[in-house]
Amino acid sequence: MTTVVTENCKGCRFTDCVAVCPVACFHYDDEMLYIDPDVCIDCSACIPECPVEAIFEEDDLPEGLENWVEINAEKAPDLPLIEEPMEPLPEAEDRKADLGF
Amino acid sequence: MSKSGGSSVPLSVAIVGSGPSGFYSTEALIKSGINVEIDLIDRLPAPYGLVRSGVAPDHPKLKQAIEVYKKIAQSNEFNFVGNVTVGRDIEAEELQRTHHAVIYTCGAETDRKLGIPGEELAGSHTATEFVGWYNGHPDYRNLNFDLSHETAVVIGQGNVAADVARILAKSVDELKHTDIAQHALDALASSQVRKIYVVGRRGPAQAKFTSKELKEFLEIGNCRPYIDPVELELNSTSLQELDAKEGRGNKRNIEIFRKFAESEDTGKQRTCISTFLKSPIRLQGVDRLQKVVFEENDLSGEPFKQSAKGTGRTMELECGLLFRSIGYNGVPIPGVPFNDRWGTIPNRAGRITSEQEGAVLPGLYTAGWIKRGPSGIIGTNRACAVESVNALLEDVDQLVAEDKPGRNGLYAILERNGVQHINFAQWEKIDAAEIAAGSPKGKPREKFTYYNEMLAAAKG
Repeated sequence: MTTVVTENCKGCRFTDCVAVCPVACFHYDDEMLYIDPDVCIDCSACIPECPVEAIFEEDDLPEGLENWVEINAEKAPDLPLIEEPMEPLPEAEDRKADLGF
Repeated sequence: MSKSGGSSVPLSVAIVGSGPSGFYSTEALIKSGINVEIDLIDRLPAPYGLVRSGVAPDHPKLKQAIEVYKKIAQSNEFNFVGNVTVGRDIEAEELQRTHHAVIYTCGAETDRKLGIPGEELAGSHTATEFVGWYNGHPDYRNLNFDLSHETAVVIGQGNVAADVARILAKSVDELKHTDIAQHALDALASSQVRKIYVVGRRGPAQAKFTSKELKEFLEIGNCRPYIDPVELELNSTSLQELDAKEGRGNKRNIEIFRKFAESEDTGKQRTCISTFLKSPIRLQGVDRLQKVVFEENDLSGEPFKQSAKGTGRTMELECGLLFRSIGYNGVPIPGVPFNDRWGTIPNRAGRITSEQEGAVLPGLYTAGWIKRGPSGIIGTNRACAVESVNALLEDVDQLVAEDKPGRNGLYAILERNGVQHINFAQWEKIDAAEIAAGSPKGKPREKFTYYNEMLAAAKG
């Protein structure tokens, strides 16, 4: 079991999740965040923080998003760590509205 | 270069309570880059608060938060001062004289009362007592729970209630390779408990469990989770709640409860029954608990604001064991303001204020459950601690203007009072001894459950 960031984060990167992560398991690239499954302790604190509902527990993943388990595991370890929230991406609010939130 | 305000004198900060909020406050202070010296005080010889003595033994992954705290403890700015009770071994006022700033992160250590007749009967307990007992907390070491009764009742709808029910429900084989205290494992081995009722004041759609905790009941080897399907017939307001965005977690809970309702009786040894819309109004028994009387409730109000109102109809349940888990209160520290009603330290965004006028008291801060009440999980306290430390950082210039003896002053007072305090290296000896004691049993550790054992192990 792990917790994963999925495609709604792409283009938003709100980072509210990062403030409540007890173990610093989030990493980031220019588009979005990823969770390092080897560090995450599955506490789920981040899930309700996401304004675009991008974060799921592995066994609650909606259909079609299962591939994100692998994407998080592959990408996170090599990307820079994010321990404090940062400004969302410039297009984040538009993207959020497009996503229906 | 790191600086504390405009001064080269390090800012001395005492933090009282070494649970998650204490460590996240420490982390935020260190990350700020100011010249700081931190003394993290705990009344136990062991750090980590509820991660050590609250998180259930069968949730080892959550306990990995400790790895983060260990890293924080390696910082030069950090010092652990264990086995020191503020208000007994050193006065709160003394700590204010020795340190530029004091942050209280001492959590919420007592359970709220039901406030009903019979609450003090033998067999009626707080969840805190049971959790402390099975987790090897020395203050709860010598409690006895009479597990010879067939029916146990857990009052409450949060994750602690779920922990208590799950530990009662699991077999010894499912617990013996965890860090559960040996005395608890021995007692649970002869448990006669067969039915565990988990009782909620409001409905299943309002239960505060996380769906992850609820799901675990489906995976217990010899216990059938059950709910009467009638209890899942929800009122229209609750259905509205489940359709709303904020109701996402509740909706998942209801899906899991439906699985409980569909579970077949395959002759498992135990049954864990979720039941709702009931408030205990009376505990009865001769000499000890024999029966709990509930009043049935109805829900009324707007979505997400529905409250339970008694209908006047009552029902009775025979039981020999009851645990209440309906919320927690902080314990006041002599000399530190305290709000009795909320069980918290009065504060504005982390700055402690006086009880009456609400004026900010310079140099005093708070974070975690004692600041905001017992809500949220481990990580919630990180954001909370950052807010409090940010307030402190704004005040640094005024704080360092006064000369304070810092750590040396603290040690002088502890020495004067004959207090044997434990530093982090000594704790690491205790830690190593616990891990070594657990190893032959296939347990991650066997905790010391008496203060004198811990202090002896600290000497290595």
